[in-house]
Formats: sequence, structure tokens, C-alpha cells
Amino acid sequence: MTGPSELLQRLPYARFLGLDGVQTDEGVQVVMPFADQLIGNPMLPALHGGSTAALLEMTAIVQVADTYPRLRLPKPINVTVCYLRTGRPRDTFALARISRAGRRVAHVTAEAWQGDRNDPIASLTAHFLLQDDN
Amino acid sequence: MTESSLRSILPQLASGAAHTHALGFAWEGLVDDGAPRIRVPYRADLVGDPDTGVLAGGLVTALLDHVGGLAVWVAMDAFRPIATLDLRVDYMRAAQPGRDLMAQARCFRLTSSIGFVRAWAFEDDPSDPVAAAQAAYMVSGEKTAGTTA
Repeated sequence: MTGPSELLQRLPYARFLGLDGVQTDEGVQVVMPFADQLIGNPMLPALHGGSTAALLEMTAIVQVADTYPRLRLPKPINVTVCYLRTGRPRDTFALARISRAGRRVAHVTAEAWQGDRNDPIASLTAHFLLQDDN
Repeated sequence: MTESSLRSILPQLASGAAHTHALGFAWEGLVDDGAPRIRVPYRADLVGDPDTGVLAGGLVTALLDHVGGLAVWVAMDAFRPIATLDLRVDYMRAAQPGRDLMAQARCFRLTSSIGFVRAWAFEDDPSDPVAAAQAAYMVSGEKTAGTTA
């Protein structure tokens, strides 16, 4: 079985964002190391909301794939991202939690933070389709 | 600020920041009675699942978030600081591998503090969307034109 880091390395957009993941007691923790190309507002400066949203969505995908291994990756049905704080030009971390997984659909929440885990910069609520292996 | 001065910086607002530049966003203009439209050319490094070649959901979200912000600026007819409050994206079907993706948005209601937006991503036809978004943006109260780029 491949670990979260190997899976993220396989996914082109995760590589584009520079994502890496480690297994923790709470699940797969993903880091998005700061890079200039993640900046959306050069004046503040601040991360683009799309960078943070993609980190959250990839974290959720990797958590679902890790918990429910299938040949095919879970496909997002819908995602809602709430932006809670400005994303500063520094490393960003994320963890996801599977609230419920049925036979076909998983409901997942995730949070992203920078300095203090208790001050998340963004949260995600999403549904994923768990695909059969055939 | 005059209408023409916002319109003149829309191409820069569409693709000028580091992230939008890295993603290859390209300004397509105002379509359908004033909806901003962006194109993202298909690239292998923007794919989500290498087994399918379909562009990543996170890319589609970034595209819809960004074009939605442009729609708020178009509605204000000014460039003032805005921030996405929340964004919901429904992924209706997979994007076609190898095809460029387009997105356009409309700000349906602008108050003194919030812009309410809907946005769509598609290859050819906005009525056959890959994804649809509903988003709210915080709008800065500053009315000075001094914040323009």
C-alpha cells in the first residue's frame, strides 16, 4: 500500500502545489510549503484562495483514499470552502476528517492552518463519490 | 474611477498575480452583457488524477473563485479590496481531458459589504457546465480610487 507522500507525488496538481503528507494520530497531515507562485494578492501579500482550497480538497482526497483504498481516486461531488483568515506567505498545513462514509458517498471536513492549529485560515466541507474498482 | 479605467485593468486582474500567472489564466473579455470570462489552457501539470487526465478539482475551484472576484469588481465598477467569504462548487461532470477550460461569473447582488456571485466552468457552452459555484465576497468599505493597481 502506498503512503500519503507517495500518493501526493503521483498527482500532478499536488506536485504543482508542492504538497507532501505524513501519517499522524489524527490522519494524514498535508503541508503546502510556501512558494511565490501561491500568492494571489501581492500587496498584502496573501495566498490565493484557490491555493488554500486546493490544499484542503487534496487533503480530503488523500484522507479518503487512505481510509478506503480503491483502484480509483474518490471524485469530488461538491465542496464548500469558508475563508476564515488571510493566508500569509508561509507554510500551510491541513488535516481532514471523514464524518461519514457510506457505500458510495463520503462526507469529509478539513481545516487548514498556519501558525496556530486553533486559528484555522480556512475550512472545507465536501462530499466525495467512492468509486468501484471495476 | 471611470468605467474604462476598471475595464483597462481587468486583463491584469485576471492573470497578473503570481498564482493566476502560474496557472496560465488568460483574460477572455466581458461576455453575455458584462460577465467576465477567463480561460485556463489545458496542461498536464494541472491534472488531478493521472489515470484520467482530468483537470484537478482544486484548479476548477481556483478558477471559479477568481472569476467570481472579477464579477464583483465589474459590479462595483471599481477595484477595491475584496475577500472570498465562502465558495461552494458543484462538480457536475469531469472536464474533458486535453481541452481548455473557461469560466465566467455574474454578481447578482452587491451590498455595501457583500457581493453575491454565481460562476460556471465549461469547455464550450456555459449551459453545459463542468462545475458551478455560488460564492459570497466581502467588499471593502473604502471608496477611494487610491487603492487601484
